[in-house]
Amino acid sequence: MRWGTSILIWSILAIACAVPLAAAAMSPLLAWRQPVYIAAGFAGIVGMALLLVQPLLAGGVLPGLPPQRGRRVHRAVGWGLVAAVVIHVVGLWFTSPPDVIDALLFRSPTLFSVWGVIAMWAVFAAAALVAFRRRLRLHPRIWLRAHTTLVVVTVVGSVVHALLIEGTMETKSKVALCVLVLAATTKVVRDRKVWKTGLPPRPKTLGPDRRSGA
Amino acid sequence: MTSVLHNRRTVLTAGGAVLATGLTGIPSFVRAQGLAPTRSMRGGSNNYLPGAPVVERIGAGGFWMTGTVRRAGDGAPLSGQRIQIWAHTTEGHERDPHSHGATLTDENGVFQLEMPQIVPAFGQPHGHLAYDSADFKTVFLRPVMRRAKDTSLEAHFILQPA
Repeated sequence: MRWGTSILIWSILAIACAVPLAAAAMSPLLAWRQPVYIAAGFAGIVGMALLLVQPLLAGGVLPGLPPQRGRRVHRAVGWGLVAAVVIHVVGLWFTSPPDVIDALLFRSPTLFSVWGVIAMWAVFAAAALVAFRRRLRLHPRIWLRAHTTLVVVTVVGSVVHALLIEGTMETKSKVALCVLVLAATTKVVRDRKVWKTGLPPRPKTLGPDRRSGA
Repeated sequence: MTSVLHNRRTVLTAGGAVLATGLTGIPSFVRAQGLAPTRSMRGGSNNYLPGAPVVERIGAGGFWMTGTVRRAGDGAPLSGQRIQIWAHTTEGHERDPHSHGATLTDENGVFQLEMPQIVPAFGQPHGHLAYDSADFKTVFLRPVMRRAKDTSLEAHFILQPA
């Protein structure tokens, strides 16, 4: 890939992640929130930004991070995403325990909580698949289908969750980030032909099988 | 707490309500007889602090919480009923005691309490109201504002005897 293209791609990604954070940092609502609530909100926005980075790393489409190296970074960013979700939920719990308990028990009056909690469990499960990958001994393609399914639930859940919330995120930058997250996830999942029927022979090395993919 | 008296005023008010609803198709006395009690809303009791004091207004004011309190069945307005109100506002979080206050309904069952501007919290600009006194069954409401810039919000209670 040419130098100019690399810089362009990384710049777009940096802007896509930074603008929603910067816009949220200027929200008037921050003036009436205590630090733990603000931190919880920003952890959610960081999580959305990481949801954009993740498929790009998994697909090996970022310049300088081809599939093998990209996947290592993908794993590290994945744990960062789990941490962001934990900080988001714990921070909200400190802010208002009954609202978070209602959300976790699916009895909240707000629909976005349901989507958020579904996305949370899906991302935890996707991470658990990574953590127990060796012990599960699944065929790589089955593993990839399971991981991808959970990721799609995470992405859809997070996007609906974010769009329904009236919070610190500025609307245009929020919609733009959500569209990019959906587009990146769709592109990488489609390119890898995760749901192509029939199982290819089990490869000798562990790791997602890319030979039958793009 | 004031008990409900069938004085001339309540009868007149109820009569007015009957007249007002008389053109909707269903015989108005049937509707009035069957006025169902308000059910508590999900999340309505979150961050409730029992026993909020009756106040002139909460904080510096600027925002109005209004509503009515009526009796289930006949819809008679209930006067002197204590309604507790709290919200995330420009002056404090829902859990802060100074964000809580109470007011009493007037002889028409109407209440209004001035409070600081409600701001969106936990994803929606919303307020909390409670009827939690001895005479009627407890009800918790959680109305949501149409727009975050609105400077008033209303909620209505139809109570059934405890």
